[in-house]
Amino acid sequence: MKVAFKLFASLSDYLPADRKGNRLELEVEEGTTVADLIRRYNVPERSAHLVLVNGVFIPPSERIRHRLQPSDEVAIWPPIAGG
Amino acid sequence: MGWNRKVLRVDLTAGTCREEPLNMKWAQDYLGSRGLATKYLVSEIDPKVDPLSPENKMIMSTGPLTGTMASTGGRYTVVTKGPLTGAIACSNSGGYFGAELKFAGWDMIIFEGKSPKPVYLYIENDKAELRDAAHLWGRSCWETEETIKHELQDPLVRVSSIGLAGENEVMFACVVNDLHRAAGRSGVGAVMGSKNLKAVALRGTKGVSGIHDFKAFMKATTEAKKVLADNAVTGQGLPKFGTQVLMNVINEMGALPTRNHRDVQFEDAGKISAEAMHEKRESDGKAQLVTNAACFGCTIACGRISEIDKGHFTVKNSPKYWGASGGLEYEAAWALGAANGVGDIEALQYANMICNEQGMDPISFGATVGAVMELYDMGVLDAAKIGIDSPFGSAEALAKLVEMTASGEGFGKEIGLGSKRLCEKYGHPELSMSVKGQEFPAYDSRGIQGMGLAYATSNRGACHLRGYTVASEVLGIPVKTDPLTTEGKPELVKAFQDATAVFDSAGICVFTSFAWTLADVQPQLDAACEGDWSMDKLNEVGERIWNMEREFNNAAGFTAKDDNLPPRLTTEPAKTGPAKGLVNGLATMLPEYYKVRGWTPDGVPTAETKARLGL
Repeated sequence: MKVAFKLFASLSDYLPADRKGNRLELEVEEGTTVADLIRRYNVPERSAHLVLVNGVFIPPSERIRHRLQPSDEVAIWPPIAGG
Repeated sequence: MGWNRKVLRVDLTAGTCREEPLNMKWAQDYLGSRGLATKYLVSEIDPKVDPLSPENKMIMSTGPLTGTMASTGGRYTVVTKGPLTGAIACSNSGGYFGAELKFAGWDMIIFEGKSPKPVYLYIENDKAELRDAAHLWGRSCWETEETIKHELQDPLVRVSSIGLAGENEVMFACVVNDLHRAAGRSGVGAVMGSKNLKAVALRGTKGVSGIHDFKAFMKATTEAKKVLADNAVTGQGLPKFGTQVLMNVINEMGALPTRNHRDVQFEDAGKISAEAMHEKRESDGKAQLVTNAACFGCTIACGRISEIDKGHFTVKNSPKYWGASGGLEYEAAWALGAANGVGDIEALQYANMICNEQGMDPISFGATVGAVMELYDMGVLDAAKIGIDSPFGSAEALAKLVEMTASGEGFGKEIGLGSKRLCEKYGHPELSMSVKGQEFPAYDSRGIQGMGLAYATSNRGACHLRGYTVASEVLGIPVKTDPLTTEGKPELVKAFQDATAVFDSAGICVFTSFAWTLADVQPQLDAACEGDWSMDKLNEVGERIWNMEREFNNAAGFTAKDDNLPPRLTTEPAKTGPAKGLVNGLATMLPEYYKVRGWTPDGVPTAETKARLGL
């Protein structure tokens, strides 16, 4: 199934060098979890601070069991803030 | 002692400058800056005064930590009755001006009356005098600062001034210092313009003396700086990406107000984001972002300094805009961009530069353009009336309208009234995305419920900086709460409002609160200031300031009916994103908020509450 994987701010360094922008379209196996994707791209766990799936926050404790659905949009930020 | 204990009172009508002692009883009760200046203002003016009349006063004030070793201790506040809202106006700015006022030996300047001709105030330590500003009138903030420095032959003079917007009494005119820092909201620059006061120029060489317990202060400020440095947000996130990093976050969450809040997600958010500012342009191979920047004493350095694409249509014939300049920050990028559907980041930087150059709040300006574009889309306004085709997404319209608004040319004069007056004039008051006449900042309260209550009850009209529940609802600071529910939000909003009043009144930047709690500020204040500055007292001071502001607004004629949101946000559900189908639940939150505050169901502080707070 296809999902979108987005890494923002300093985490964009973990995306492939030849990518354009912050978004990748990935083909993943059914049952893939948010934590699987974070590991696959070597994003340090403590840097994956704000994790959203379709805009909804996934707390750290749920990432290991949150299974992705087709067309899900996963977006991750390190600790950031604004105003 | 933290304070210089000295106030400068400037009677612009008579042309006199007079020194008077700071009311130290009030300093113990209201701390400084926002709180203390507001205490002076509410004690000296009629709440029903016309904000642009000579009877209104304007106060520039520092806090006890301004100019000290405390991180971010460079803030000062402009307090007055605001023309945009008719409510208390209190706008805070960084840069270097605030610290310089402290170094000159003053805590605050109170301006009263109206000068018969344009003047500027020059302060050199104890000496203060009004000087002729006829040659500065009609000049931008940038030209004014340069001219004053040249005349005084002193590049270290710090200047706060108004540009054309303040002179023309644009209702959302700012007071700009250090080229691109601003006391930005509520139209404080229009009040300054109405008084024929063009600028304040400062030179202070005395430093800050009289810290109550110097050893304890050095220890407390050093420890607090370590907290900022070790925190991933204030130590890394903000310096590298600035506030602009929120553009993609808030868009993903479906809370990015787009096209005058018709939508909650902007298809071009990525093009106007912090990440986009880091990317190299195809045209010249350069990134828009040049560097980050810090205000006085700041160890965070979130500021953005950028260079526009010299070939962009807005500046290709205007070399004066080609150099590095302030921006883009998140609020400006949103208001000039998503709010009116413009995804051209270079056009946003141009409009932002004009706002800085001519002293105009980019939030209220951009949001008012959003309303104009909606009226254009509906056929209520047309190109002949506006002076340019103005569909949503038009970078050309944005660039033209920012120039027209600052200079008061043509339809720009009407934009300068703000969205409330403009939408009322054209028969659609419901299209003004504002509270108490002040336009919303960059968070849609259908997707971040607590912000709806924070906006509705903000004492200076819609604002994110009075109670930034985004920190909790989005970023998990200090704890994560669900942005889509109303539960617990009244308590959360009150806690943020009261704590923010203390940060503002101390003379430090509220961005420290991404890493600090009041418990980190308390030892710094306790060491700097004489008297008891316990946590209990700070909590009480914050609540007292909030209630004092509320009492002023109530006396000015505001009622519970004004603690409201535009119908779009309470009746038109979000179309996309996590908040799809949701409206803001203000009606659920507001009665509970009044109870938590100790106010009557009509939003009036009860006698018990006032007695408890010594009001």
